[in-house]
Amino acid sequence: MSSETGSHGTGSDEIVPENEKLPGEHGHQGHSVAVLDEDPFADPGLPPHEHRVQDIDERAARRSERTVALLFTVSMLATVAFIASYVAFPIDKIVYVWPLGHVSALNLSLGLSLGMALFCIGAAAVHWARTLMSDVEIADERHPIEAEPEVKQKVLADFRQGAEESQLGRRKLVRHTMLGALTLLPLSGLVLLRDLGPLPGTKMRHTAWKKGKLLINENTNEPLKPEDIVVGSLAFAKPEGLEREDHDFATEIAKAALMLVRIEPDDIKDKRSLDWSHEGILAYSKICTHVGCPVSLYEQQTHHVLCPCHQSTFDLSDGARVLFGPAGHPLPQLKISVNKDGYLEAQGDFAEPVGPAFWERG
Amino acid sequence: MKKLSARRRHPLAALVVLLFALAATGGLYTALAPADEAKADQGSSSSLAIDEGKKLYTVGCASCHGTGGKGTSDGPSLTGVGAAAVDFQVGTGRMPAQQPGAQVPKKQAKYTQAETDQLAAYIASLGPGPSVPNKEQYDPNGADLANGGELFRTNCAQCHNFTGEGGALSKGKFAPDLGDVSKKHAYEAMQTGPQNMPSFPDTVLTQKDKGDVIAYLKTVNSDEAETPGGYKLGGFGPVSEGLFGWVFGLGSLVAVAIWVAARTAKAKKS
Repeated sequence: MSSETGSHGTGSDEIVPENEKLPGEHGHQGHSVAVLDEDPFADPGLPPHEHRVQDIDERAARRSERTVALLFTVSMLATVAFIASYVAFPIDKIVYVWPLGHVSALNLSLGLSLGMALFCIGAAAVHWARTLMSDVEIADERHPIEAEPEVKQKVLADFRQGAEESQLGRRKLVRHTMLGALTLLPLSGLVLLRDLGPLPGTKMRHTAWKKGKLLINENTNEPLKPEDIVVGSLAFAKPEGLEREDHDFATEIAKAALMLVRIEPDDIKDKRSLDWSHEGILAYSKICTHVGCPVSLYEQQTHHVLCPCHQSTFDLSDGARVLFGPAGHPLPQLKISVNKDGYLEAQGDFAEPVGPAFWERG
Repeated sequence: MKKLSARRRHPLAALVVLLFALAATGGLYTALAPADEAKADQGSSSSLAIDEGKKLYTVGCASCHGTGGKGTSDGPSLTGVGAAAVDFQVGTGRMPAQQPGAQVPKKQAKYTQAETDQLAAYIASLGPGPSVPNKEQYDPNGADLANGGELFRTNCAQCHNFTGEGGALSKGKFAPDLGDVSKKHAYEAMQTGPQNMPSFPDTVLTQKDKGDVIAYLKTVNSDEAETPGGYKLGGFGPVSEGLFGWVFGLGSLVAVAIWVAARTAKAKKS
């Protein structure tokens, strides 16, 4: 019996009635009580407070005070230096500083002095807090935040009385019209969303290119001739009549931007692409069909065009087919020919919308 | 001799023999290589230059570009590429190429300027092409920097970055940094379109425009380039700047905070 109790440990002690405890078991009983006395979740309390050098030695405390004061003084001097350099250095003064290179004296001195001023205030505050301010640990007991029952009852009674006095339940006309007014009010905010812009209409489907418009060299502002564009070269063109000074230039060139390359006709694999070219001069939209970045990283030996944003790669010798990357469809090609004066001209607008896909593009 | 023979089975013996063999091969190559042979007759007439150029071509170039510059499967035809292309390719050390690959990088030039001129004269004689530009073309007085910047951003920045720092292209190809390209070579590159770079003939980008572009390039990307904002971190824009800010800016703040907290202020160090 006794050996059995012992093997069960403390748990079986509670089952054994008080009067049945035998003297032989006493030692075992005493041992288990001793274990229970050691509460494993007891509050250990705060560790004993340790003093800092500055708490004990007044000379050390004064040293700390001087250090903090010195840091604040350096900060003041740095602020004065900031103001002085703002006054002293002209904005276009360039100095050589290793390893930064030829940099602006004004920017460099403003940055250094302001950085020094801010850093010294921070360092002084940290040093002050760590060595001089009291570091004695303080315990603050928590209290329940629930209100007293009487206070709760008073608040609820006040609310009910207010509802009664407002006559909201009795005056139905007032209640209904109030609900109507509050429901309609947010609509005013909704209407303002209309100012986000007019609907695009068919703007996204058309560019400034039209039949008979000359291809104007973006660099020289002169109309391009077929012989201007040699195999392996790259040129950028804008439609005739679109000038840099026009107020809608940015809007229009964002859709109409054109890149011109010349590939030996035998190397052009796509039949339609060849038909739309003039003796191997291909005119492609410069706007990537992924998210509309200007795509013109042209490799003249591979005829690949790479988009710098997401690495979409198009093969200009094969109808601008997408070789790689997130672009969804080939770059639109502009059908071109030569007019009677020998200049390159467009045979119409792009056959499909340029740039990234949109919901109604189809 | 006996000493040497005793050590022939030393673990490092093979290495020593290999070093000797390499030194001997290199020395023989330096002594017998034909590169320096054609230094004579630098002041020769143009037909003499063509003859000398043809000799140099036969030795150094024909294995890839074929006899008479007709091209082979290893190298393109050189008919009509012009003297400017030769001056660029040989002058920047790209040609003769060390090995085929995605792109032939620039290296120490293998030919002197006189030899390069002879090669250029020979290639120019094979068919009409752009000639080597003169100083007035690539380094004009009173270049329009603003116009050059505009043109650079329209025509060049997509590959070479907005201040000519270079950038990556597809499948191992890249647009090189333009910081140390000489003005003449920059002009020739625009004119001839080396390797995968498209060309910008005078009809697309006029002679004056090219001069403006070069002047802009030398203002923004050279040893004398001014960067008022301070160290430009490679000039790659927000990627390198953000990386620097996050790694070194935030990293130093974290390091200082750890340093402050790790040092106890107590008199008794625990």
